[in-house]
Amino acid sequence: MQLAKVIGTVVATTKDSALTGLKILMIQPLTDELKSSGGSIAAIDTVQAGIDDLVHWVTAREAALALPDSFVPVDAAITGIVDQIDFSSKGIEDKQKIFET
Amino acid sequence: MILARIKGNVVATVKHPCYAGQRLLIAQPIDEKGNDKGDSFLACDSVQAAPGDVVLIEREGNTARQILGTPNDPFHSVIVGIVDKITT
Repeated sequence: MQLAKVIGTVVATTKDSALTGLKILMIQPLTDELKSSGGSIAAIDTVQAGIDDLVHWVTAREAALALPDSFVPVDAAITGIVDQIDFSSKGIEDKQKIFET
Repeated sequence: MILARIKGNVVATVKHPCYAGQRLLIAQPIDEKGNDKGDSFLACDSVQAAPGDVVLIEREGNTARQILGTPNDPFHSVIVGIVDKITT
């Protein structure tokens, strides 16, 4: 589960029949600082995201579980459109006491 | 399981129905000294973790679904504990 930016769409005519009707988008995985994290990925969209949307997505077996039929050859799925990232970090200084050498 | 620090939370209105009611937090993996290690990712919460907390996270889908009690939902990472102390 990670953040990503939608950077494009993918159209494929010849594909596995289980992928019929699924929308494929190109996404660029991001860190919380919105820096690129690895290469771009083709992901199935479940939330009607568009280009330039900040989204969250899931990989591995869980990606197929996000789809109506979960026995499909899919390893990345967009699961939400991010409205806001909140970095309120009260008390972060106190937490330094956790680490003891 | 990995150690991570919670940096913030993510708000999404349009999302997969499975995510309704789930808290989604930004986790930064850290080493045993508290230094950042690798890129941040998102995790569901099962222990009411807050920004600033050092936590234990499972990054494996089957474990995440068992802990959240949702056998068919697309969750991959889940926060399973809040760390009190690490001695090295």
